[in-house]
Amino acid sequence: MPARTVLSSDDIDRAVTRIAHEILEANTALQKSGTSNLIILGIPTRGVLLAERIAKVIARNEPGTDLSQLLGRLDITMYRDDLAINPTRQVTETLIPNQGIDDKVVVLVDDVLFSGRTIRAALDALNDFGRPRAVKLAVLVDRGHRELPIRADFVGKNLPTAREERIRVQLTESDLENSVVIES
Amino acid sequence: MIKYLLSAGDLTRDQTIEILDIAEGMADVNEREIKKLPTLRGKTVVNLFFEDSTRTRISFELAAKRLSADVINFSAKGSSVSKGESLKDTAQTLEAMGADAVVIRHPASGTANVLAHSNWINGAIVNAGDGTHEHPTQALLDAFTMRKRIHGSNSKGKALDGLKVAIVGDVLHSRVARSNLLLLNTLGAEVHFVAPPTLLPANPSNWKATLHFSLDETLQVEKPDVVMMLRVQAERMNASFFPSEREYARIWGFNADRLKTLKPSAFLMHPGPMNRGLEIDAISADSPQSTVLEQVANGVSVRMAVLYSLLSGERAADVK
Repeated sequence: MPARTVLSSDDIDRAVTRIAHEILEANTALQKSGTSNLIILGIPTRGVLLAERIAKVIARNEPGTDLSQLLGRLDITMYRDDLAINPTRQVTETLIPNQGIDDKVVVLVDDVLFSGRTIRAALDALNDFGRPRAVKLAVLVDRGHRELPIRADFVGKNLPTAREERIRVQLTESDLENSVVIES
Repeated sequence: MIKYLLSAGDLTRDQTIEILDIAEGMADVNEREIKKLPTLRGKTVVNLFFEDSTRTRISFELAAKRLSADVINFSAKGSSVSKGESLKDTAQTLEAMGADAVVIRHPASGTANVLAHSNWINGAIVNAGDGTHEHPTQALLDAFTMRKRIHGSNSKGKALDGLKVAIVGDVLHSRVARSNLLLLNTLGAEVHFVAPPTLLPANPSNWKATLHFSLDETLQVEKPDVVMMLRVQAERMNASFFPSEREYARIWGFNADRLKTLKPSAFLMHPGPMNRGLEIDAISADSPQSTVLEQVANGVSVRMAVLYSLLSGERAADVK
């Protein structure tokens, strides 16, 4: 299987830092209260790791940020629309900062945006936790081929792909290296 | 994954841990303000109960409802069964109405197995207690409760290796005891049965468990981590198995004095419904070391995990 690296470790770091700053900028335009009304939720598996990295950059740049109130994770397994046609999936933990998401600006973080169905499920899941003031979406890679009217607000890299190609995101927290690879 | 849950012995160690881990996620849902997931929307779960039950039926009903399935409760009393309808006809009626899963409890051992292998019904089958045979979801929720007590929030992925569990009382009639034996063996725990010889099966030699004939001696010598009291099943007793209730309570019942001999970390389980004053007294049943209510609460999470495992991915084979 021919594989081509499209983002190196440095590229990923730069993208994460830029996304974090863009989130901060958009948040300041939307609300004056610093990061106290901002919540970053990672979608398992790689989204959680990216969300951690983004939240750390935000905490570094915005003194007085409480990381435990900023960062969480959202498991969307039970909200998927393909449960009946795919093998049973393992459910992982959901962690919402204990301030809750009511009236907060929530940024969902995922590694790859493809059909948009994961994000649709995430929006449904959020619904069960409260009513956020706004929901934004940050992804490391947008590869196109959307099947739902969903768009990312913060994108690491737009990557035109063929539908059969596979995008593999590797992060050191769970894999051997930091890279984004296209396999065809 | 699996389509039937008939016996706790059908589950491999990995499958068991997977179900317990999913239940962990379901327990989080049960703490939320909106305790509902859309997962089984459009599916129909039938609770087919030929025997009386409070917690198992309510627990399955709640589990199915929290996953957005439609639930039909069927009890033999007040149905066509009392007019003499056979199990086959009842099952085929449910199949014709489009049941995706049937949760069955029946006083005859092996009923769930008959239903699963008869082709009368295509849906998933969960054994919720068949006679004196098995009650696998009870064993799962007991294992879940033990894991939670021991590992707290770090339970995920853990088994019960080396845990010493004493199961005390009416082993002969207890499907809970049989399912627990199989599941605890799978998870690596050590099982000790403590019962009067009249309440043990005729030949328990193929059971992977140690037998004891004195409760006090077992508590002293073995120092179990978990003591599970079984209900004395008077409704299944057609002969006299012990001289009197008072004697049984004195020799085999768990009471405040025996509670004091437990290790501080040990805990006391009971599958319910309890015969207070017979196999367990009020002081120990209501003590902090008793897990009775935790078991009930965990029952909902575990049954959600079981229904999810049985009903998701059912069309996976057709699509691929």
